[in-house]
Order: sequence, then structure tokens, then C-alpha cells
Amino acid sequence: MAYKLGVDVGGTFTDVLLIETDSSAVYTAKVPSTPEDSSIGVLNGIERACALAGIKPGEVGQVTHGTTVATNAVLTGRGARVGLVTTQGYRQVLQIARSFVPGGLGGWVIYDKSDPMAPLECTVEVPERIGADGRIVHPLDEAGARAALQQLQGKNIEALTISLINSFTNPAHEQRLAEIAAEELPGIPVSISSEVIPEMQEYERTITTVANSYVRPEVAKYIDNLEAELERRMDSPKLSILRSDGGLSTARAAATFPVNLLMSGPAGGVAGARWIGQQSGINNLLTFDMGGTSTDVSLIENGEALVRRETTVGDVNVRASSVDVRTVGAGGGSIASVPELTRALRVGPASAGAVPGPAAYAKGGEEPTVTDANVVLGYLPSDQKLGGDMAIRRDLAEQAVARVAEAMGLGIEAAAEGIIKIVNENMFGALRLVSVEKGYDPRDFSLIAFGGAGPLHANALGTLTGAWPVIVPPGPGVLCAYGDATTRLRDESSRTFITRLNDVEPLAILKELKELEQQARSAILAEQGDDQRADAGLTDSDITAELQADLRYSGQGLVLTVSTSAAELTNEGFAPLAARFDALHEQLFTFALDAEREFVNLRVVVQGPSADIRAQVDDSSGGAISDARISDHRVYAEGAWHDGALYDRNKLKAGQVVPGPAVILEMDSTTLVLPKHEAAVDRVGNLLLNPSR
Amino acid sequence: MPGQISQTNTTPFNRVDVDPVTLDIVENALRNARVEMDATLFRTAMSPGIREQGDAFPMIANVDGKMVVGQFGSFIHGFMEAYDGVLEEGDMLFTNDPYSCGAAVSHLNDWLVLKPIFKDGRHLCWAAHFGHMTDIGGKVPGSLPIDAHEIFEEGVAVPPVKIFRKGELQEDILSIILRNSRMPHWNKGDFNGVIAACNMAERRCIEIAERFGDDLFYSAMDELLERNCRAMKQLIKTAVPETKAVFEDYLCDDGIGQGPYKIKCAMWREGERVIFDFEGTDPQSSGSINFLLNEEMFKMFCGTFMISVFDPQILFNDGFYDYMDVRIPEGCLLKPRRPAALSCRTHALGRIFDVISGLLGQGNPDFLCAAGFSDSPHLMYSGYDKNGEWYQLFQIGFGGIPGRPMGDGPDGHSLWPGFTNVPNEYIEAYFPLRIETYETIPDSGGAGLNRGGNGICMGYRFLEDGQVSIHDDRWLTYPWGVNGGEPGGRGSKELVRADGSRELLPSKCDRIAVKEGDLLLYNTWGGGGAGDPLARETARVGKDVERGLVTVDGARRYGVVCDAHGIVDEAATAALRAEMSKNRGELPVFDFGGSIDEIKARALEETGLPAPRAPTFARRGRGIVTAVSGS
Repeated sequence: MAYKLGVDVGGTFTDVLLIETDSSAVYTAKVPSTPEDSSIGVLNGIERACALAGIKPGEVGQVTHGTTVATNAVLTGRGARVGLVTTQGYRQVLQIARSFVPGGLGGWVIYDKSDPMAPLECTVEVPERIGADGRIVHPLDEAGARAALQQLQGKNIEALTISLINSFTNPAHEQRLAEIAAEELPGIPVSISSEVIPEMQEYERTITTVANSYVRPEVAKYIDNLEAELERRMDSPKLSILRSDGGLSTARAAATFPVNLLMSGPAGGVAGARWIGQQSGINNLLTFDMGGTSTDVSLIENGEALVRRETTVGDVNVRASSVDVRTVGAGGGSIASVPELTRALRVGPASAGAVPGPAAYAKGGEEPTVTDANVVLGYLPSDQKLGGDMAIRRDLAEQAVARVAEAMGLGIEAAAEGIIKIVNENMFGALRLVSVEKGYDPRDFSLIAFGGAGPLHANALGTLTGAWPVIVPPGPGVLCAYGDATTRLRDESSRTFITRLNDVEPLAILKELKELEQQARSAILAEQGDDQRADAGLTDSDITAELQADLRYSGQGLVLTVSTSAAELTNEGFAPLAARFDALHEQLFTFALDAEREFVNLRVVVQGPSADIRAQVDDSSGGAISDARISDHRVYAEGAWHDGALYDRNKLKAGQVVPGPAVILEMDSTTLVLPKHEAAVDRVGNLLLNPSR
Repeated sequence: MPGQISQTNTTPFNRVDVDPVTLDIVENALRNARVEMDATLFRTAMSPGIREQGDAFPMIANVDGKMVVGQFGSFIHGFMEAYDGVLEEGDMLFTNDPYSCGAAVSHLNDWLVLKPIFKDGRHLCWAAHFGHMTDIGGKVPGSLPIDAHEIFEEGVAVPPVKIFRKGELQEDILSIILRNSRMPHWNKGDFNGVIAACNMAERRCIEIAERFGDDLFYSAMDELLERNCRAMKQLIKTAVPETKAVFEDYLCDDGIGQGPYKIKCAMWREGERVIFDFEGTDPQSSGSINFLLNEEMFKMFCGTFMISVFDPQILFNDGFYDYMDVRIPEGCLLKPRRPAALSCRTHALGRIFDVISGLLGQGNPDFLCAAGFSDSPHLMYSGYDKNGEWYQLFQIGFGGIPGRPMGDGPDGHSLWPGFTNVPNEYIEAYFPLRIETYETIPDSGGAGLNRGGNGICMGYRFLEDGQVSIHDDRWLTYPWGVNGGEPGGRGSKELVRADGSRELLPSKCDRIAVKEGDLLLYNTWGGGGAGDPLARETARVGKDVERGLVTVDGARRYGVVCDAHGIVDEAATAALRAEMSKNRGELPVFDFGGSIDEIKARALEETGLPAPRAPTFARRGRGIVTAVSGS
């Protein structure tokens, strides 16, 4: 019997999913997260799940894991103290950044700029210069370089980034500097930009590499601890980490290039949603993951999530591939306010967070939040408990919402409904970003809702997008763990290669791509090769490779990624590639141009085989829906109270249909079914929300 | 006769009640539409000027032409006043001529497209967009000739014409215009982006109207205008005193040896209305630094400035225009008569913001920011490379953000919304030059409780023979400090020839021949300081020294004695601060770095360049009557 584990560490709970790979039998465990060292919670969860399955932890062969360790290091500003080495003349590359000031005219008056991620006092210059064509203009002055690095001694740096101008065309100086740094600053982990992200644009390459250094010690420590504990308590299972782009990476690669993990958490959600969709036969999905402070959305087309060449966490924006997840500052804790001057209703981006939290949680919060509005409207029943034994106080929610009601001259329910409508609209805006604004019609997709608050707002977002049916998977908190357990190994190699299509032969491009493919394959295999376990044996033939090119019309700044293949390049040249690019340009921007196209980056993405795991099917029949009914319940919607009922989701059976208005409860989430809508339970346990027939 | 709209469906819109929540939702949807217009243009544009630097401005206006979302306010009223023709569904107007569109755009490089949006045969609203084209012909590459005396020298001028007629692109018109450009390929790409952005706006507005109903869409736009109006009315009352405030600032020179030019504005309130009066501003220049300022646009500048502090999320619009009265005398620098040259108006445009800041801040010292608007310093570099191919770079530089009540001004950042620098690696890959230095200039930020941001030094090493143009200001007058803060450093430009010889360049010049191997040091201005420098925490000064943003000597301006690592000698500092505060008088609200006469007298010694001579203002005729417009 082979077992694999998926683990997701959330802010409150750690979810563990144990899968017996032959039978697809699934065991889940939910344990409290342990923020001081999240590996403790992970191991607790693993032991719990193994106990449920009646197996010894040593029987688990593979552990796959999505982690927010890197994300949190950035969000809380608790990353490493990073030293930075630049080309002479560029010491302030992060200080100047892109010179961008957010806001409109006068935005500069109130702009609060944060300090660079690598402090300027820990940034040094070295004498050297490489030209745009990769030729060495001034050779590296090694004595000068040593002197510069010696300035960093005594600055208490914990990680070092080397990022030189034009190093993406020629990494020689960066590589030599890394050797010198190892001598001058022993024990300090070094990240070099030509290795982390060998692409044009000095600021983006530098900030990406610095971000890598910034989270590296924290992530490495976490992964080392986890690996050591897994080794001690289990039989050294293979540990894989989910990357931002939705692929799996070996633990070692994850620890070396942790900048690729910044969106590991949301990527797990997207991967889980993709898998859930597949089990229900739905391959076009809009994912909607609403938590306490923010909401993540993404688009999955034909079972594939879009990946973009950028990752944004807080106000840090780096050039690392990530599943195209858009985040808005709208969540259950978002605070509603009415500025005195304009008397408009604003919701978010300020959040009550976990402390003091929404007023209804009685932890001292007084400002009205989205959660409070949900309580006032009956969407979150006040006499029920959340998974964390958190009592909900309706009276406190009403007091808080009354502030907005008074300021706007509305009744308390109308004000609460206003708050919900505004926050829904904000999230709809994010969903539009990934769909309508990319040329997709959301009505061709199904919305899949998860996260703590997603199922509460799912029905309303279904109405706004028209993305029916709206899917609420079972145990929405476990979804990320499902994602972790069902994704594939993935790696990529890329290179900037700026050339007009007319100036290069297809076979020359193919040669470059073949080299990249070889690099990517060897990387993924080399890491596997370290693993002595029999069932880890990945062979070259298991790996699939996708050849990609970033193109643009010569002179543009954007790049659009299109795929090609060796056969296509050999037989048909660039024509199909160019046609695909034009079509994508037209889809995105309403027009294509009769202009020269150029290559910008070449890339090869390699993937291991996919895990074949199926959801458990509920074939039981019988039982009446009344078995699941808890009590009568009223909800307020569209200006009036409606009579409905509360249901226990665990008692609902496949094939049953719950009429709205209804509130369906389970341990870690609450689903709202609005009037004139219904929720059907499908054979794998999803709730499918639709307008009533 | 003013322009007219022809509709096949003339049913009037009904004003209906819009509940406050729906209003906020429509506001949000319109905001998204505008963001999408920007994204469409920036991502598809060809020229670095628009693509990376965001030199472009979208707008959505209600059926009456009032801007509901956008940036610089609506010009549609003036535009339609000047346009003699009938607009139908599928038409799109194009112009770049400031004199025939009521200064909707202010120099020929800005290409403006205006599209009436129809739904079911009914005129629903407007979309407009304009962007700066890298080259539109004229006597120098980049089309900003500093020595132009008439607009005829500045490139091709197009009065309002239908560039699309019932959905059909008028290719012949476009081909005439593009034939006049040195960079037709970029212009065409950028122009496509501008049009695509307007079409995107059309699509979104129709979607919003479909979702909420046409009457509600119409009514919500009105309500949004009214909401702004109410907010601004209140703001005007609290922020603008009835007593007259006067502020003067200067453009250093006109690039043809004359200057400085005075911009003077008085502001006061009469009841609910605020009046801005530019009486006393110098007459128009015989050069090209004139700025044809649209009064409505000026209202928008002021309004945005005022409200951004109070509700930054607001969708700022035209609603308050009736409560502002802007008076600009005919024939002055800000309202020149045709055919005065306009291309280099960017200096006056920037300076207007310093004037607004100074005017509004006088009554509200807690909100008073220092000066920082030099303008947008430009560099053009062009020529034929060794392969005989034409290259032409147009780049906008940045300087120091002023010290502000809320904190230090960022170093080397943009005062203009949405602008970013172009990655140097991109420039090096596409143009024959190398950028050897890209750092901020220590001590160029004005000393203050809150430090002004440092200016930037860009060192351009030219790899081909060619010519450069430079457009900058604040080389003579200072970015002033406030509430005891000192002025920021001024800009300078120096050419270091391949043979090692050095020459200072004026801040405005064209046709400077450069050779392969020459190095141009392009130094921009710093922001002024805000508040008493002696009150700045010594640790902050020490940190700035450690970071190399302030020198050890520069720290003494704060009365701080420290070493090169920023370690502060607290005792020596206390003594120095006591000494300094004993010897100075009362702190001035504004520190201009001396009177204009004093500054001019020191010019040669301090800047290496002679002071300009006082401008002479020729008597001008009534100007050539605006040309008969198209259709």
C-alpha cells in the first residue's frame, strides 16, 4: 500500500489529507496551526491522519506541502537582513525603484514609501561592466570587489544578493563574485540574479533576487526542521513543496529559490479547485478564495490555471512565475466606513484582522466589518459556533453596523446589505480582472468558492458573474491540501533572447529551446537522483516539456507567452507561433498589428507525471432532506426578510436539493443559499448552486 | 456653430433615484473602466514615453461632456465649441492643435481622440484619451524646438477631424499625419493603443448601462458629479480664506537667453466660490515655453490636490467647476495668442503645481508641502547608427519629491501620476548608449524636519555620433523650502567629451552634437525641505549619512555632527544646534534661496552659466484667426 500526504498550513488551522493511492481512500485531519513553528502543527496533523487511517507514519512515502512561510516573512517584514552587491553606479537601484508614485495628481503628498528590502546601508558597488550585448566592457576588478564585500562585514547581514547590470546576457561576473563572496563572507547564503531570474530589467531582477535572499534563511530553516522531523518520526518520506506557479518542487530547490514560494498557499487552493472541478467534470473555473483580510481569485481554462510572470505579495512585486491569482483587500474582516466629506460607503481595504477582529467575535472590535454585516443579515447564524469555538454575538454586530446606518441615513439591515453589496462588487472587480478583462466571458465558467468566507458570498458572486453552477466543495479548508496532494513536479529554464522573427531561423530558436529543455530536465532529474527511495524513481521519459516563447511587436514593452513545439518549428517555422500571438493580442487588446514581432524570452517548462487520485463517490441513497434540517431560519435579502432553514451539511446526501433561502453549516464554513436559488449535492459531495428552476 | 450630435434615437434620459449603494457600485465600475483604458494603452503602446512613462490621460465623461472619471478634467465643452460639424455613431474625432480645441491638449505632441458613445442609437456618454507622441515632425527630433517662435515650426498640426467616420478609419488622413513624423512606426502603434482604449471604455460603459439600465447610468453619472460638488464646496469653505493669498514663482528661462518668467496667482473666496486670478503673470514668450492653459483643467489640478488628502478613494470629477472661477489674462504666458509656439510648455505646466501648492498651503501650514516640480526633464538623443538606421530616444527624468508634512520626500521619484522610469537595460538594448550612473545626488534634497527627496544623476555614455536635446528647468531658481525647510538643490547638465574636456550645457537646448564616447551627466533637481532642519531627529540624519543620501558636511545643515558611518556626536551636535538657532532669525514660511535679483547675481559663480537677460515682450497683434476646422 502506498500513501501520500497533502498538508496545508493556514492562519488558523493546518489541514492534512492522507491518500491511499491505490484505492483513493482519503483521511483528513484538522489541527490548530502553530505559528511560532508551523512544522509542529504539520507533524501533529500527520500523526492524527495516520491514526485515523490506522497506519504508522513510516508507511507514508511522499509528503507534499504548500507553505506560507515565505509569504508571511514578507508580509510581516521579518525576513533576513540582506546585503546587496550592484554594478558601480547602481547602488540605489532599489531606492529609486521605478520612480513610481501611486495615486492621482497629488498622490505624492500622501505617499508612504517603504524602505528598500535590502537596506541601502548594506548595499555596495563593485567595479565591473557588461554591455547590453553580453560583452565585457570593464572586467571585474577583483581587488575592488573584495574591498566592497569587506564593507559588509560587521553589518550583520544574513543573506547576500549579487545583481549586476546586464548579467542576464552574461553571468560570468556574478558567478565569480559569488565565489569571492563565499571567501569574504563565509556562511552567508548568496543568491545571484542571473540564476534566480536571468531576464532583462535591472530593478525587477534585483528585487526578485533580493526577495529570494530575504525569505531564504527563514524558509531554509523551516524546511530543514520539517525534513529532520519527518526523518525522525517517519521513514524519510520524499518532501515536495508547492510553488507559486502550481508545480511541485523538491525541498532542496524550494530552499534555494524560495522566491518561487511566495504564492504557494493560494496556488494550493487553485490546484485543489482544479482537481475538484475535474472530479465533477468541470474544467473551466473561476476560483474564489475569500478569507479574513483578502480574497484571491483566478481563472482555470481547460483544466489549466493561467500562470503569469509576476508575483505580488503586499507591496512587493517580483518577477517569479505564479498562478495568475489576483488579490483584493476584501475579506470578512474588511472594515466599512463613511468618509464625512463625501458620504460614500467604503469597504476595506483596512481590515480588523484577527485582533480585534469583527465586532461580533467579541474580542474588542467595534468597527463594522463584512462579517458583522453577514451576522446582521442572518447569513452567519449567531447561535452557532465556528470551528474554533468562536461565539458570534449578534448584538455587537448590530451596534457596529449601526454606525454606518446612521452616517448614511439607512436602516440597519439596509446598511448591512449595502456593506455586503459593496464588498461583493470589489471582489467582482477582481474576478473581472482575470476574466472579462482578458477576453473571457465568465458565463462560460463555473465559480468555485472556498476559504473561510467564500461559501457565504458565493451565491451573490454567482449572480454578478453568471458563472453557474457555483461550486462549494466539501470541507473547503481541505481543498488546499487536496491541491498539494494532486499536483506534479515542475521546473523551468528561461533565457532572454531578443531577436526579431525575421532575423532568426526557426532551427536556431529550436536549438536554444533544446538547450533550455536539457537544463530543465537535468535539474529535475538531478534533484530526484539524490533520493534513494525506490518509488521516487522518476525517469526522463516521465517528464513532459512545454516550449514557450515570450513575444511582442517590436517596440512594445509587454510580452505575451505562447507555446510551440519542436515539430511545429521544424515543419512550419514561426507562422503558427505568430498567428497565436496575434490572436492573443487581439483577444486581450481588441486589435492586432501589422508590425514586426520579436522574441523576448525563451522558456521550457518541464513537468513530472500527474498523480492519479480520484474523489470518493457517494453512492448511498435514501434518507430525506429533512434529516439534515436543523431549524427554521430567516435571512434578509433585497430589502426584505425571508423565511428559510438551517441545514447540517454532513447529513446531506448526493442528489438532494436544498431550496433557498438556506444556510448550510459545516465545521469550518457556512454556505448561504439566497432566495430563488437552490443547492444540489453532487456525487462527490460538492454543493452546486444554481438559480431555482 | 458648435459641434452637434446626431442620434437615431432621441428619447431623453430620465433622471431616476440612485440608492447610495448602487451609486458606489457604478463609481467602482467606472473606475475599473478607466484603469482598463490605461492598461490597454500602456501594454500595447510602442514608444517608451507612453508605454513605460505613462504620458497619457484617459477620460470618461457624461452625456454633457463633464468628466466623471479621468485625470485632467474635461475639455469636451471647449472642444465642441470649436468644432463645426455633426458627430454620429461610430465617429471618432482626432486633433493635436491646442488652438482649435480650447487647449484640450497643450502642445502638438499630445494626440487626442474623442469618441461619443452610443447605445441603442442614443448618445450615452463620451470617452477620450490623449498621449504624447515621440515625434510629430517640425524642426528638431522630438518636435520640441526650444527656439521656435511660431507653432508652425513645431510639427504637423491637425484641427479636429473625424479620424473614424461611422466606424471606418480614414486612412488617408492618418497617412498624411504619419508622413510628417520621424517615428511613424511608434506613432501608429501608440495611436492604435489610444483608439483601443477608447473602444474599451465604450464597451465597458455600455455594459454598465445594460446592467443597471440606461436611465440609472445617466442619473448615477450626474449624482457622482453632484457628490463631488458637495464635497468640494465644503472643502473650499474650510481650505480657502476670504482674504487674498498671492503666490509667485518663476520659470528660469526660455532657452533663448531670456528669463526668468513670472507666474503670479492670487486666490481668495467670495461666498462659496473660490477665485484664482493670474493677473501679473508675465506676457507670452517669443520662444516656445508658453503654456496654453485650459481654465477647466486648472480647476481639476486644484481640486485633485485639495481632495486627495481627505478621501483618496474618491473618483474625482468635474462636478465642482461652478464653484471655481479661473481668470487668465489674454496674451500672458498662460494664454498666448496664436501662432505663439507651445511645444516646451512642460516647464510652466510643472510650475503651476508648485504655485497651487504654495497658494493652498499658505492658509493651511499643516498641509504645506515644499516645491519640487521642476517639470518633466526631457532628454532626446537621435541620429543614424553605424548601420545607417535612424534611432531616436525620448526620455523623461525624475527628481526629488518635496518634503511633506507626512514625511520625507522619496528620492528620485515622479511627481506625475502613473509615470515610471524606463529600465536602463531596456534602453541599452535598444539604443546606442550606456547608462553608467543612475544614482541620487547626496544633499540635493532640501534640509528640513522632513527632508526633500534627492535628485538623480544619470550618466549617459553615447555609443554613436548623434545629437541631443535637453529640456529642464530649476537650474536657476530653487525648489523652495517651507516652514523653515531649506530649498532643494538645482539641476545641472554637463558634457564630458571623450577627450576629457568638459562643458556645461544650458537646461534647455537642441542640436547638441555628441560623439561616440562622450558622457552626459544629467543632474535633476531635489525637493525642498519642510519644517525646521534643526528639529530633525539626529538618528534620522545619521541614517541618511550612513546610506549615502546626505554627506557628513551636508549633515551640518541639520546641525548634526557625525562621522562617515553616520555615528552622531550628540554633544557636538547639541552645541552646533544651539549655535545655529541663536544666529538665525524667525523661520520663513517660504525659503526661495534669495530674491530673483540675488539669485541672478550669483548665477555665473554658482551654476557656471550666465543669468538670462530680462525678457522683452514684443507687442503682438491679435494673432492669426483660428484656422477653419475640418468637415
